[in-house]
Amino acid sequence: MGVADLVFYLFAITTLAGGLMTVVSKNPVHSVLWLVSAFLSAAGLFILLGAEFVAMLLVIVYVGAVMVLFLFVVMMLDVDYEELRGQMAKYVPLALLIGTIFLMDLGLAFGNWEFAETAKAARAAPAPDLGELHNTAALGRLIYDDYLYLFQAAGLILLVAMVGAIVLSLRHRKDVKRQNVVEQMHRDPAKSMELKDVKPGQGL
Amino acid sequence: MAEFLQTPLGIALLILAQGLAIIAFVMISLLFLVYGDRKIWAAVQMRRGPNIVGAFGLLQSVADALKYVVKEVVIPAGADKAVFVLAPLVAFVMSMIAWAVIPFNDGWVLADLNVAILYVFAVSSLEVYGIIMGGWASNSKYPFLGSLRSAAQMISYEVSIGLIIIGVVLSTGSLNFTDIVHAQAGPYGFFSWYWLPHLPMVVLFFISALAETNRPPFDLPEAESELVAGYQVEYSSTMFLLFMAGEYIAIFLMCALITLLFFGGWLSPIPGLPDGVLWMVAKMVFFFFIFAMVKAITPRYRYDQLMRIGWKVFLPLSLAWVVIVAFLAKYEAFGGAWARWATGG
Repeated sequence: MGVADLVFYLFAITTLAGGLMTVVSKNPVHSVLWLVSAFLSAAGLFILLGAEFVAMLLVIVYVGAVMVLFLFVVMMLDVDYEELRGQMAKYVPLALLIGTIFLMDLGLAFGNWEFAETAKAARAAPAPDLGELHNTAALGRLIYDDYLYLFQAAGLILLVAMVGAIVLSLRHRKDVKRQNVVEQMHRDPAKSMELKDVKPGQGL
Repeated sequence: MAEFLQTPLGIALLILAQGLAIIAFVMISLLFLVYGDRKIWAAVQMRRGPNIVGAFGLLQSVADALKYVVKEVVIPAGADKAVFVLAPLVAFVMSMIAWAVIPFNDGWVLADLNVAILYVFAVSSLEVYGIIMGGWASNSKYPFLGSLRSAAQMISYEVSIGLIIIGVVLSTGSLNFTDIVHAQAGPYGFFSWYWLPHLPMVVLFFISALAETNRPPFDLPEAESELVAGYQVEYSSTMFLLFMAGEYIAIFLMCALITLLFFGGWLSPIPGLPDGVLWMVAKMVFFFFIFAMVKAITPRYRYDQLMRIGWKVFLPLSLAWVVIVAFLAKYEAFGGAWARWATGG
């Protein structure tokens, strides 16, 4: 067993352990932190595959942004941990069902990749030579040259989702005092402030 | 010896030694940066600053570090023990491991990654975990408020830092720091560096760096007049030391980033003088001096103003700059000042 195998098993085990602890840990904040460790190990696995760009994106987007917001929300929840614990058994069948569906999805995809008639051509098509092209450049070429319209469409869907979320949650409250920054910046110090020279013992 | 260094064990030992050298450099400079920070602050306020321990008080930081280490560790009764202890470690380790990809001279780099900038960006986005975990695990109001502020602030300014970095990457055509510095080499020395073509973004990057590292005037996560000391309230002893060291290391890392991205890394400002590691360190120390001066002379921002600047001023400006740089680089404006693929990557 070489060093690479050893590192692979290390990352694989921590990924699985992180995922398992995410599910079974009692405290939601601990769950999020375990999920973070699972993501970081997954990034390690990507690096072992030679996909350093994807690994860095995984860390920046998921760990650096998505999970921070997740943690942000979960931390502020006021939950009774003991009560949560009792409910776990109720959701296990549903979770098992979803897990089975995902497993079957993966099985289908893997089967297609390995055994379908077109599989050999599909596997041979991408993957430019690593020596000539870094995978950042290869990915960029793929996204911005070959699949530009699909990429733009995906961006548009995300934009619509964002606009939707903002429209749904935006409300103007009339009874709140607000800061008007432009007004504040254009205040004249001479008009809003007065300096007085107060003589001792006299007052104003 | 040379043969031994080719074996897996030899390579591992070599990397370990290089890592230790970088840690030693960062930790020793940390001691004197904290001292310098306090001295500059004192000078601006017409005080003397630390002047008792050692000549001119030079050993003050060593004495402080020793004092922190020998103090008693206090963990609050309601705290989440594991997360409470983990938080300062995360804060310290995350700011330390980013140094692995920082080149100090041509070839003087521990890990010469293709995606070095992304790595630094990823690691610096993880630094916020130390602060959030510390604030939550303390199980106390002020730390929690501090960590919420910090999370919102660091995420907001990361966005504009990322966009500013994209501008530099567009000009170079590479994500590697060594390539970026090579692309800045030119016949005019100081005036060939990226600060001139990317001038507006240098200012934005510096201000974003202040906010990203929770430095005054954006030190709202630990605003002592509102939150006592923010997320650090419940921390004592070595754990507090780790938080503080992590903060200063992150600041020094930002100095190194500004130097590499905009001020030519180890290149000499005057054509003809030799390039070298001394230039790199001198520039980093200079930018730390600016950081210290900003801390000394600016009052603290209001939180809504901070968020407004991040999202409504910096984000549109840096986004517009990415588009502008893309055009300037594509059409090689001003003799290709923005298009340096030939000399860089």
